Amino acid sequence: MYVAAVFLPLIGALIAGMIAFAAQGAVKADDKERKKRLDRASQLITCGAMLLAALSAILVFVSVVVNGQNGTVELFTWVDSGSLEFSWALRGDTLAVLMVTMVTVVSSMIHIYSIGYMSHDNAVPRFMGYLSLFTFFMLMLVSANNLVQMFFGWEGVGLASYLLIGFWYDRASANAAAIKAFVVNRIGDFGFALGIFATFFLFDSISFDTIFSLASGKSTATMNVFSGEFHALTVICLLLFVGAMGKSAQLGLHVWLPDAMEGPTPVSALIHAATMVTAGVFMVARMSPLFEYSDVALTVVVLVGASTAIFASTVACVQNDIKRVIAYSTCSQLGYMFFALGVSAYSAGMFHLITHAFFKALLFLGAGSVIHAMSDEQDMRKMGGLYKLIPATYILMWIGSLALAGIWPFSGFFSKDIILEAAYGAHTGIGQYAFWLGITAAFLTAFYSWRLIIMTFHGTSRADEKTLAHVHESPKVMILPLVVLAIGALFVGILSVDYFVGEHTVEFWKNSIFVLDTHKALENAHHVPLWVKALPLVAGVGGISLAYLMYMFAPELPGALAAGFQRTYQFLLHKWYFDELYDKIFIKPAFYLGRGLWKAGDGLLIDGVGPDGIAAAVRVLARRAAAIQSGFLYHYAFAMLLGVAALITWFLVKGA
Amino acid sequence: MMTNFPWLSVITFAPLVGVFFILLIRGDEETTARNARGIALWTSVVTFFVSLGIWVNFDNSTAAFQFVEKVVWMPGLNLAYHLGVDGISMFFVILSTLLTVICIVASWVAITDRVKEYMIAFLVLETLMVGMFSSLDIMLFYVFFEGVLIPMFIIIGVWGGPRRNYAAYKLFLYTLAGSVLMLLAILTMMSEAGTAEIPKLLKYDFAPTLQPWLWLAFFASFAVKVPMWPVHTWLPDAHVEAPTAGSVILAGVLLKFGGYGFLRFSLPMFPLASADFTPLIFTLSVIAVIYTSLVALAQEDMKKLIAYSSVAHMGFVTIGTFAGNLQGIEGAIIQMLSHGVVSAALFLVVGVVYDRIHSRDIDAYGGLVHRMPKYALIFMVFMMASVGLPGTSGFVGEFLILVGAFKANTWVAAFTTTGVILGAAYMLYLYRRVIFGELTKENLKTILDVNAREVAIFAPLLLIVFVMGIYPSLFLDVMHVSVENLVDRYQSALAAAQHISAVAK
Repeated sequence: MYVAAVFLPLIGALIAGMIAFAAQGAVKADDKERKKRLDRASQLITCGAMLLAALSAILVFVSVVVNGQNGTVELFTWVDSGSLEFSWALRGDTLAVLMVTMVTVVSSMIHIYSIGYMSHDNAVPRFMGYLSLFTFFMLMLVSANNLVQMFFGWEGVGLASYLLIGFWYDRASANAAAIKAFVVNRIGDFGFALGIFATFFLFDSISFDTIFSLASGKSTATMNVFSGEFHALTVICLLLFVGAMGKSAQLGLHVWLPDAMEGPTPVSALIHAATMVTAGVFMVARMSPLFEYSDVALTVVVLVGASTAIFASTVACVQNDIKRVIAYSTCSQLGYMFFALGVSAYSAGMFHLITHAFFKALLFLGAGSVIHAMSDEQDMRKMGGLYKLIPATYILMWIGSLALAGIWPFSGFFSKDIILEAAYGAHTGIGQYAFWLGITAAFLTAFYSWRLIIMTFHGTSRADEKTLAHVHESPKVMILPLVVLAIGALFVGILSVDYFVGEHTVEFWKNSIFVLDTHKALENAHHVPLWVKALPLVAGVGGISLAYLMYMFAPELPGALAAGFQRTYQFLLHKWYFDELYDKIFIKPAFYLGRGLWKAGDGLLIDGVGPDGIAAAVRVLARRAAAIQSGFLYHYAFAMLLGVAALITWFLVKGA
Repeated sequence: MMTNFPWLSVITFAPLVGVFFILLIRGDEETTARNARGIALWTSVVTFFVSLGIWVNFDNSTAAFQFVEKVVWMPGLNLAYHLGVDGISMFFVILSTLLTVICIVASWVAITDRVKEYMIAFLVLETLMVGMFSSLDIMLFYVFFEGVLIPMFIIIGVWGGPRRNYAAYKLFLYTLAGSVLMLLAILTMMSEAGTAEIPKLLKYDFAPTLQPWLWLAFFASFAVKVPMWPVHTWLPDAHVEAPTAGSVILAGVLLKFGGYGFLRFSLPMFPLASADFTPLIFTLSVIAVIYTSLVALAQEDMKKLIAYSSVAHMGFVTIGTFAGNLQGIEGAIIQMLSHGVVSAALFLVVGVVYDRIHSRDIDAYGGLVHRMPKYALIFMVFMMASVGLPGTSGFVGEFLILVGAFKANTWVAAFTTTGVILGAAYMLYLYRRVIFGELTKENLKTILDVNAREVAIFAPLLLIVFVMGIYPSLFLDVMHVSVENLVDRYQSALAAAQHISAVAK
């Protein structure tokens, strides 16, 4: 069952890939009928495989979580080199199967949605194949039983993300974004890889079962790395966390995520909202038995998470591209998840991961529905007044936004609340930092969500005639998956809060998450003062009210504010100038250096002194030597005389 | 099992039988060319399948040399015709025979001039390569090692591009300069140990004072072959001027001579010197990885870019080798095999479009995916293998090397890992400029996708890339015992030396 859940998407992807080549042939032969049939076949096969996978995943979930069976499946040995030995395997604990279930369910909804969304595209089979391929890698990532298989999935989703961001490969901007995503993720992977090496160095193993059981024994071990003696688990956790920061777009390594919106919208929903970007969160939760022993690493996680939450939400408030607003929102919500992990409330972080997957995918697909209706327009300044034209989308966007803003009884309310309460309940300085930034970010989240809704759906339309005439509600095949996700956004929180973080949390998670007894943030979260419990909701309602005030009732206010605080506005609009900075200190110098080393290093120095230099020197010497042979007798006689004189002198000096 | 069958001699000299028949061909130019191609192909295919026999019959449980053949050659000088392979060298023999087949098929239509001589050159080259990897007599090894230069020099010098003379001489002089010193060292070793047999030399303890000199002499030769920074500049020129198949053999097999040499001679025969010079190797290799990756980023010529990436990848190999532990060395061997396949494939990938458009400039291309989707897919797979994506052969090698390096020196591991980031940058940047974008250039609008012959070339390489990536045990199991033996020998020599110096104090 488990194997089916993971490998069905791969099979779907391979078949779709073959169909893609056949379809190319049909295009060449100008056989429209055949092309259509092939497109249809690829959609049916990938969606069918995904739905079957989702069904299998649910069955596995039931058997593992409800019936308490161990679902681990060993496949075969991957690498066996001395003590370094690991297998391909699927891990069957709550954390893994929970993710597998979420990924397959959300992914199958997005597959179905794509049938409608991509209907005008001329490379449907390729798109469906990529989506399924991505899903396969994501499943390998979350079901890994050792660090290297996780890394396999980790890099694999990076590849799929690269392919999907650059799906429309004619666009220069899409290609640039795709490369940026891959390379920035590689920087994170650099940390992840070193973390794996360090883990092997310390534990002589990289299999989860082994390292988790050894962790407590190594809790005070030190490691001699980078010319110093450091606390071993801190080194490992920090290195792994660099990987998590790359994949989950945390402050510093977040620059690829907004650009990744160049990809088709279903991609943004699947990869850059619901699944791949949460891999970092999942990884930290998975490695909780190690992180628990390193207070330094946990503090860093909180610091980075909370800072990202506030950074991204400030930027989201001024963006005009509908997808970019949601992208920054994702970045900010990931920040929440991280600081939850950092205060040892792993289950709260995972809870938010799951609820977020539903409502954020809903928001993205809703945005996609808007873009679809607006003939591919993404700029909210050219929208407005759409609620009458596309009412279903409008309602669904409301549901998603209410969940995102954390309004009762939507899913986001439960998960965001418990995170903020846990941050408060940590009773540490860094916990307070996270709590207050989190509250501010919650306010901003509500604000930009309603800014989006009002700019898109209310007021007078700012679109041109032609676009307006085209506006239409999306077909059923797109709305239906949205409804499923909306149901998730409505009920997942209220129905599962007791299991994730409430009464039944121990039976639910079993041993898949490890928390030290001394880390009581989650327990304390249930006993915080009333104002702490109420504050997130107040912040949310406040944000919504402010958005109404600024964009509905006093629409001149935003412009005036932007003009009044020009510096701040520009700073936010340019996303805190991260891209400009990186371009100056990394990208330009790398190319400059590459050219310099090539021309000056290889060309002038090595070749100039080495082979070419020697060749030139030999040529010069030969010419000089040739010049001596002038053919004049007196030249030779003179040279002989000099020689004789020199010899005599030498003998005389030596004799004396 | 056919234990008495002279496997290695057959594999080594079968190509020369083909050469003999090619020499017999008479007739007009076209028939000569056709027959020469046919004979060369048959010879190389048969040789390849015979060479698989040594894998099938290989005994994984021993570190000793297998399929040993020994005939006294010059008894006065103590020289013998002595062949055999162990877990370290066995795969290189198969790599050589496989790539020769690929080269001959790849040259099927690209070479129209002096086909007969061309095929002879490749078959002779095959004999020399296989002989090099299976020699168990150090003098015989030297003969093969140096002999390879001659056909390679001819292939570049005759069938190469416009600056072929410069490139051919550069290759020749660079490598010759190194190997003269190696010859001196070999003579010293023979007189010191009184034998030319590699198995005996492997067990002989050279005096600690002599080791550094011998090590340096071998280093001079191997470093040029690898090539290590800063003696790498012959490689981009040689690749750029060489015909496609020449590049394939050069990147696929010839660069492995250096890495193989370090493993066969430097490490086990001069363990103390190797340990002393490890910082030097690490420094040069780390520079190679970062320096050449940056240079690759700035390239405008496809072949040059891949040539520079080769230098970077071989930097990983030297790091793994001198990490001196099991993971590092197994990683180095896997990386060499993987690089042999992947870089060869990448040069073939360039060759496909070069055959059609006759340009290696990256700017001459763009948007090829519109006309050549199959080509785009093949290129993508090898690109991903080159950047070391898990699931491909490139990952296993790099990963094992870095694990080994991390044990030896964390700084080295960290610096080397940055090469992985830069590697992704220059390969993706190349791919984007060649494959993606709109198809605007007039001469590309009629370009054809890969044909059946080209698919047949790539298919086995694709298969190897995935098998090695997903189930590397197939390869690791074979080399395990031999590498373990090597590591034991190396570590115990170091421990013994430490013991002596501790006692002396």
